[in-house]
Amino acid sequence: MNNIYFKILRPGINTTIQDIGRNHLYHVGITVSGAIDQRNYKIANRLVDNESDEAVIEFAYQGPLLKLKNGKINLTITGDILFKIIRQNLKVEDGICYKSYILEDEDQIDIISTKNTAYGYLSVNGGFKLHKEWNSYSTNTKANVGSNNGKKYSLGDKIFIKNDDLKISKEKKINYKQSLDNMIRVIKGTNFDYFSSEAQSNFFTKKFSVTNLVDRMGIRLNGPKLENIVSSNIKSEGLVRGVIQVPADGNPIVMLSDHGTIGGYPKIGTVISADLDRVGQLTPGTKIQFKEVSLEEAQNIFKAYTDDTNKYLNECN
Amino acid sequence: MIKNISNLGDAAIYCDFGSEVNEKTNLSVISYFNNISRLVQENKISGINNITPSYNKLIISFDLTTTNYLEIKDFIVNLEIKDEKKDNPKAIKIAVCCEDEFGLDFNRLTEKLKLTKKQILELYLNKQYFCYMTGFIAGMPFLGDLNEKIRCNRLETPRIKVPKGSVGITEQFTNIYTFESPGGWNIIGNTPLKIFDKLNLEEPVLIKPGDKVSFYQISKEEYIGWDE
Repeated sequence: MNNIYFKILRPGINTTIQDIGRNHLYHVGITVSGAIDQRNYKIANRLVDNESDEAVIEFAYQGPLLKLKNGKINLTITGDILFKIIRQNLKVEDGICYKSYILEDEDQIDIISTKNTAYGYLSVNGGFKLHKEWNSYSTNTKANVGSNNGKKYSLGDKIFIKNDDLKISKEKKINYKQSLDNMIRVIKGTNFDYFSSEAQSNFFTKKFSVTNLVDRMGIRLNGPKLENIVSSNIKSEGLVRGVIQVPADGNPIVMLSDHGTIGGYPKIGTVISADLDRVGQLTPGTKIQFKEVSLEEAQNIFKAYTDDTNKYLNECN
Repeated sequence: MIKNISNLGDAAIYCDFGSEVNEKTNLSVISYFNNISRLVQENKISGINNITPSYNKLIISFDLTTTNYLEIKDFIVNLEIKDEKKDNPKAIKIAVCCEDEFGLDFNRLTEKLKLTKKQILELYLNKQYFCYMTGFIAGMPFLGDLNEKIRCNRLETPRIKVPKGSVGITEQFTNIYTFESPGGWNIIGNTPLKIFDKLNLEEPVLIKPGDKVSFYQISKEEYIGWDE
């Protein structure tokens, strides 16, 4: 009917479409992609009454400046985000995260920056007019698969919105505070014994800082050099999100959603599933520490984390 | 056969087929991969997200909200799988242009291997290679084994951008960069063939694990005029 869309007046640093991710393709070299912070992704959809697997806009650090054209929508922003809504009459409102807003024709939303975290999410009621590619909307910039031809958004691009029949739902808001706990829980890796006993001990007792080399593929850390006493290469093998590889320089790298599907560096550990959202949100300069947990503990922590996520999702109703 | 099974984090299982990299071990990995993939498609097992075969490992990631390590391990241990005998592996011929514009590392290779470019290419083209796995980037095949005379280490400093289509060699392996990507392999040529086609939903990759691959040279004119 109306062809409602966002016009991108400023694309931001890394603005893409994401969802729960794309599975069953690791064996051809296509990684999982998907929102880095799955909890904030889910809350974003729920706050605007979407199905849990709808596509959202993910942005990193500096977000986009978007102008709404041809209609009226219901949107929300999740994360730890500084943003403003610039109304058509140029009245500016300070944005509040985890709150749904009505955006009118010609209004603008200016996502200035993330605060203490790396990623944030913008969802609109009804989702975006996009096609799934291999069962997912997620933009994979490495294989140019998914929304926007697998590319991040640029100046002047348009993002079309599906819902041209907006039911004005009641305003929703939840109180959610992003956890900034810097203790990351890890299960020992398949090559843990490649490392000297000092390295093994340092890994779980010393602090590591997040370097500037962070993106959707992974996070490079800097700390006490982890000495490898066997070999700094293994026969290339599969990777999954959360795996911590240590190349010859002794500095660990944590794999995130866009990681290469195989890798040849020893695996010292794997971040537990419950801490993946938090790891993905780490920003350069942050100091973190790893803590060892057992498989059983990790499963229990994941159960508690999932229950907690569901609690917030229920509060959105 | 699987020698050892362990967990990789809390949402993946790590099957180790032994330390050797050879066709026999890899065919065993591929058998498991093919069989488990079929069972996933037929909904005989739920919760599996991804299965990644490599030279001598099989890694299976799963959805921790619906299953767990012990359940998946139990499923794997009870599978009865005969090692795949590929009687008629698919044979694929790849056109490659090795003229200086594309063969970026012949200076390095001739120096390190003490062979001429012509000798290197003769040894390279005169062999059929086995595809061990695909991955790292979409559709990239890892093929082997190279003649021992042309085995060479990676570049000391990897390239930030290896051109799309580049054919590389390192150690006993050869590969094809299906996308522009960072990489440290010695580049000997470039293929105009589309190795990865995202629009081909049934068979997005031209070369699959277990296939046999050989290369033949084309001129720059043929490269430029290539039409699939």
